[in-house]
This record gives sequence, structure tokens and C-alpha cells, in this order.
Amino acid sequence: MSDIPESIPKPEQLGVIDQQLPRSDWMDTPVVFKHGSYCYSAKSKFMSYLDLPNPRDWSPMDKDWKLPNDWQRIIHEGLRERLSKYRSLKVFMDICVRCGACADKCHFFIGSGDPKNMPVLRAELLRSVYRKDFTTAGKILGKIAGARELTVDVLKEWYYYFYQCTECRRCSVFCPYGIDTAEITMLARELLNLVGLNIGWTIEPCANCFRTGNHLGIQPHGFADSIEFAVDELEEITGIRVDAPINKKGAEILFITPSADYFASPHYYTLLGYLALFHEIGLDYTWSTFASEGGNFGLFTSHEMIKRLNAKMYAEAKRLGVKWILGGECGHMWRVVHQYMDTMNGPADFLQEPVSPITGTRFENARSTKMVHITEFTSDLIRNNKLKLDPSRNNHWRATFHDSCNPARALGLFEEPRYVIRNVCNNFFEMPDNTIREQTFCCGSGAGLGNDENMEMRLRGGLPRANAVRHVHEKHGVNILLCMCAIDKATLPPLMEYWVPGVEVGGIHELVANALVLTGEKERTTDVRGEPLMKEEDTKDV
Amino acid sequence: MKIFLPLIAVLALVGIALAGVELANLQVFFGIVIPYAALAVFLGGLVYRVLKWARSPVPFRITLSCGQQKTHPWIKSSTLDNPHSTAGVIGRMALEILFFRSLFRNTRLELRKGPKLSYEWEKWLWLAALAFHYAFLMILLRHLRFFTVPVPFFVNALDQLDGFFQISVPALYLSDIILVAAATYLFLRRIVIPQIKYISLPADYFPLFLILGLATSGILMRYLLRVDVEAIKELTIGLAAFRPVVPAGIGSLFYVHLFLVSVLFAYFPFSKLMHLGGIFLSPTRNLANNNRMRRHINPWNYPVKVHTYDEYEEEFRDKMQAAGLPLEREASGDLKPAGLPLEKE
Repeated sequence: MSDIPESIPKPEQLGVIDQQLPRSDWMDTPVVFKHGSYCYSAKSKFMSYLDLPNPRDWSPMDKDWKLPNDWQRIIHEGLRERLSKYRSLKVFMDICVRCGACADKCHFFIGSGDPKNMPVLRAELLRSVYRKDFTTAGKILGKIAGARELTVDVLKEWYYYFYQCTECRRCSVFCPYGIDTAEITMLARELLNLVGLNIGWTIEPCANCFRTGNHLGIQPHGFADSIEFAVDELEEITGIRVDAPINKKGAEILFITPSADYFASPHYYTLLGYLALFHEIGLDYTWSTFASEGGNFGLFTSHEMIKRLNAKMYAEAKRLGVKWILGGECGHMWRVVHQYMDTMNGPADFLQEPVSPITGTRFENARSTKMVHITEFTSDLIRNNKLKLDPSRNNHWRATFHDSCNPARALGLFEEPRYVIRNVCNNFFEMPDNTIREQTFCCGSGAGLGNDENMEMRLRGGLPRANAVRHVHEKHGVNILLCMCAIDKATLPPLMEYWVPGVEVGGIHELVANALVLTGEKERTTDVRGEPLMKEEDTKDV
Repeated sequence: MKIFLPLIAVLALVGIALAGVELANLQVFFGIVIPYAALAVFLGGLVYRVLKWARSPVPFRITLSCGQQKTHPWIKSSTLDNPHSTAGVIGRMALEILFFRSLFRNTRLELRKGPKLSYEWEKWLWLAALAFHYAFLMILLRHLRFFTVPVPFFVNALDQLDGFFQISVPALYLSDIILVAAATYLFLRRIVIPQIKYISLPADYFPLFLILGLATSGILMRYLLRVDVEAIKELTIGLAAFRPVVPAGIGSLFYVHLFLVSVLFAYFPFSKLMHLGGIFLSPTRNLANNNRMRRHINPWNYPVKVHTYDEYEEEFRDKMQAAGLPLEREASGDLKPAGLPLEKE
């Protein structure tokens, strides 16, 4: 079964990237909504559920976007308010010198050749309006000063390009002033939100998450079923029946992971890894149906939405009376937890500074948020010899690791995942230096762009990531791309299928699940995917 | 248009100064009034802009981490690229400001058929930018000898250093050559590289032309069309001491030079040149990445509408009960339902 629709051009065609610039100046080149490269609008019922402004049913292809009558005033006021609330926005509007260092760092520019995907121009889309409305030179000199009027066409351009940025922040690494395009995109999206220009793939998960606690809208009984099913499956593979407490008051630790982990594949194998690991070390923990989501599509919507959705995590930790929170393999969840959570939803003074109950390690780096990343936790277990691991059970995998943008560029979480991988897998190969760690390339589908209507742009944007994977696939025979982000796990498989056939996608704790020797387990013949393990003699040839 | 307009503007500025001095004899205006006004605008504007930025808070720490975070003691963390303390932040900022560290990371994308991408060595922009800024600083400091009696030792030392290669009489300054070469490179890349040309605005060309004009007039004065240095120093010392006098016999070229300097100073606070001040305030670079260790406060924090557990249980109670999940209340309380039921389609 293919995830790639028939309508998408073949890789040979998509790989020919037109780098011709338009003859006309970018300000005079109106946006053209290309099929396969834009996101559908949000449905009014989801917007209403979240009390978002101007709920209505509309399509970006409509001529009339049914904007409120005073939409220009609303945006102007919204921008004024945000300039006064965010120094980042104000400084980033003023100090760009357009040196162009960021230009060829964006995966969407690389894959599409569209100049408005150069981070500098993406920012100029907003900056030009800022100059017109908020600077003296712009008011007087207009276009000469790089200023332009906010028209419907400009607004449409904003919609197209600000929902064509995955907020991955790679460009910012190279900017001499640290101008963060993700921050500009986030605030520009807030402005679009003010007049009701939202995309479906962020608002529906937000509405679901607000109501049921998770993006997929899974209700508590469905959640319980799903975990139960995983427990059964793990028993089939290992012969061990694990306990997976849900909504258990008084547990020591609350575990929160993205909902895709218990509902989608290949995420599901990672879930089996968590279950096996927690059982083996005898962790006193609980799942929660109310806080059944680590991800937060508020990050792709507005700061206010981040706060509204994240509140459940601390609220649930308090209700259940846990000591601290452990978080699963998720990308932007960790950016939110790290950069916003304590400020927005804290103080978490009803929790305790996290200490591993198994090793006694104090997680000082999380002493305020009281939230620890699963690879920080597992690497500590391995370092302290608390796990019995048989990495040869992963000998059928030749692995490389994709640093997910958010843990990489917001936390600097580089070594922990690598340490875990090296201890559970014998064949690990790094992709080239310019494509990993803080220079990692986005999967091309983050920030709410992982929808199918945007597939062509996703494949274009994912080209740099795929290209680096292809390099290690050809050089070292890499056949699995590991990552620790639910969006990666959802969107990298079609990307690999398209650009690098023969490479699977998996999670770190999936390989942990394979390698972990459980006390009293039966002899394993397959990995958690049901793939046969390599026999002794096969292993020697590798 | 984008290129010619700024060029014409700079030529016009030269013309204004020449005409003002040669035809209208406005030496006092161009020698005293304009420089003072420009300096006032520069200082006032600089303070105004920085305060304006600083008035907006930094509600969230959005530090960019370009190295390993501080976690386990057995994992080496990157104190400079991912600082968790003030000392680390100072180190990071020093590297940015003194050595343009982020720009040093720059690579160039190579796109070959296949498609195959690679990232090539590219340090020219970093090198030119660094050379340009340091040459500018050197020249600025050297100029202190026009404003001071006696000339401070370090200014003389810089002067010696700069003219180390005594290629001509008077000694040819390295900084002059470097400034012109670097500015020319920065200009050329704007017109040669199609993408850079596409993103460039008149505001990118104008300061380059202005600085090139400034350098040219300075070089002409020093090496070719000699001006009366004694008289100039009399003027500049007078300006510095706030007892301005305009001696006779200063060539018009000097007024052109001084006028261009004045324009640059006055233009500075209202243009992209303010990156000088902005870099210190950039929230992705100037904050410690200690967000999970320490709580930071958002000064305009406000309460938001959330979905509480009670509302959640109220809506799903029957289903939770049927699934055997623990409940806070066994029967429906007097709480209102969470809102409109949303069934998946």
C-alpha cells in the first residue's frame, strides 16, 4: 500500500528543481495556490468549539475568503499588540540586513526553488507590511523603503507561505543575528488566526485535544482499549504480561506521550518499548486518559492555544498526585515543555524535583518543570547498568538517526538518544555533519503541514532529509531511520518510500524493545514488528 | 531601480555638499551645523531605538541551542553554543559579536542532478563581513587623532599598525584597502548572485554606496588631492571641544567627506544598520538555555479558557465507567457539560 497519491509527479520529475527566479520583483509577484502545495482551511465547527474568531466554511481556492469587514484594522491592531508584547518580533522586524545566509538553508526553498521560501523573504512578507504601518520611512517612501500596503493579495500570500514553514528553525542557526523565522511565522499565524484564516490540520487536532485530551479525539475507553491491545501484543512477542496502569492516583510518575504512539504505525512499536521498559524496571507510573497527548498543535496556532492545551498536563499531575512527569518520544511537545510550559502553566510547585527511582539520579536540568525526556531517563538507566540488553537482536537493522528539529534546536538533546541507540544496536551510522544535530533537516511536514493535500510540498521539503538518508543508505546499507518525534514517524515513511525506497522508519524505544532482555521472557524469534530475528550465522556475515 | 536609486541618492549627496560649499559658501552649515545635528540624531536615535526594543518584554525564552544541553554529568555539554549560565551567554555573545560565529557556520548548497544535494565550504561572506567591520572600526579609531590633543598612545599605535607596510608616502593604510575591497565584495555579491539580488532592497544598496563614497573621498583626500590637514584639525578639534570655528582654505572635498559621514550617522538609527544594537537584544542568542531548570515569568500572562478534568469526566463518565477506569464521582454532578459534543466524522 502506498501513501503517495497517484497525482504526485514521479521523483525524476520532482527532483528537477526550477531555480529560475520570476522576472518581476517579489512584491509584484502575486501568490499562485499550487495544487499539492497548500493546506485546506479549518472547518467552522472546530473553530467554534475553540471559540476562534470568524468561524465559517471556506476554501483557499475561493475568490472571496469571507473576511470580516474590518480585517485590515484587526490585523493592524494585532500586530501592534504583538510588537509590544514580544521583543523578539520587534527586533526581528528591524535588524535583518538581508545578507542571504539563511536563503539556501530552508528545506522548502531547496526542494521547491520558490524564492518566497527563502527565510529572509518569508519574513519580508510580514516586514513589508510592518514598515508601511509602523515605520516613518515606510509611511513616507513606501516601496523604496521596502514597504507595501496590506491587501487581500498580501494576506493570501501570508496564508500560503506562513503555512508553508515548518517552524524548524534551521535558518536561524546560520543567521548572524539569530533572527528566528519560526517566531515570525508563529506570530504571523496568530495574525491570520485573528481574521479566521486557520488550517484544518492544526485546528481539528486542537479541538480534539481540548475535548478528549489528544489530537486523534480518542475517548477514554478507546485509550484504555488501545493500551490493553498493546499489552496483549507485547505478551505474544515476549511471553510477559505487563501492567499498564491508567489514571492511577498516587503513582510516582505520570507518563505522557503523543497519541500517535498508541494508535499509529510505526509509532506503535515505540509504545511496546515503553511498556516493556517500565515493566522491567518496575516503575511506579501511570498513563492518563485526560492528559493523553504530549503534542500540542497550539504551537502551530497561537501562544494562547499552547497554554490552553498544555494546562492539562500539570492539572492531571496534580489530580493524580504524582511526583514528576516523564515524557515520551515527541518533537514539538518538547519544544513546548522546554520553552513555554513552566512560564505558561507553572509553577509546578506541587511536584518534586525529578529523581530516577531506579538509579537515584537527580535530573537537575528539569528541576523547575519537573518533566524529563524519555531518552534522558533511559540513557541514565543504561549508564548505571540497570538494563540487560542484547543489541544483536537488532542486527537486522542498520540504523541512522534523524535529530528531530525541536528537541535538537530548542533543547540541544543530541547525545542521550545516540547513547541509547549505540547500546541497543550494533550498526549505527551518522548522516553527514551538515545534516544532523543543530543543522538537522526537517521532515518537511512539521507545524501542521503533515496533511495529504500538501503532499507535493512535503516531498519537496523533505528532499534534503531524504538526500542525507540516501547517502548513508547507499554507503552503509542503512535500512532504518530512527527518530524521536511522532510527526517524523508519521511523515518520514512516505518520504522514504518516495525518495529512498528500502528504508524503514522507527523509534528509539522500538529498538530498546527489541534489545531489552525481560526477566522471565520466552525466547524471542521476532522483533516487535514481527520480523524474524537474524540467526547466529547470518550475523557473522554482517 | 533598486540599485540606481540609492546610487543617485549618494551622488546627489556629494553634489549637495559640493554645491553648498563651492557655490553657496555654506562652510559653517556643512562644517558645524550638519555634523552636530547628525551626531545628535545618531545618539538620540540610537537610545530611542534601543529603549523602544527594550520596552517590549521577552515573555518566553526561545534560545536556539546549537550544541549539547546540560544534563547528565557524564555527557559533555556545550557551554558556548548551548549555555546554561550567564558566563556561557557572555561567551556566546562575545563570539557572535567579535567573530560572527553564526555566519561562520555558513555553507553553500550545491544542487546536482539526481537530485543530489551537498553543502560546500563557504566562508567568503563571513570573511568579507568580518574584514569590513574591523576595517571600519580601525578607521573610526584612527580618526580620533583629528579630535584629540595630544593624540592618545593607542591611536598612534593603531596608526602605526595600520600603515605597517609603508607602500607609499603617506603610508598606505591597510584598513582603507580592506574596507573598500570588502564593501565592493558585499556589493558585487548582491548583484551577481541572483537570489541575493532578488532579496535586496534599496536600503541594502544605499549604505554600501554611502560607505564606498565615504571611503573614496577619504582616500582621495589623503593620497591624491591633498587637503590642508592643519586647517581640518583646527575644525575638528573645535567641534570636539564645542568651540567650533571654520578655518579658511579647507578644500571642498573635505566637506563632501564630512557630509557623507554626517548622513551615515543620521541614517544609522533608522535603518538596518541598527543591527549593531539589535544583536545584543536578540532573544535566541542572549539567553541561557535553562528553561527547565529555572522558571521564567511572562509579565503579561493572562488566564485562558481551559478544559478541566471535571468537565472531561462529566462528558465521558459513562464510557469511563464501562471501561473500568477510576472516577472522581460515580454519578453526574451539577457540573455543566464541556460544550457541544464533537463526533468524529
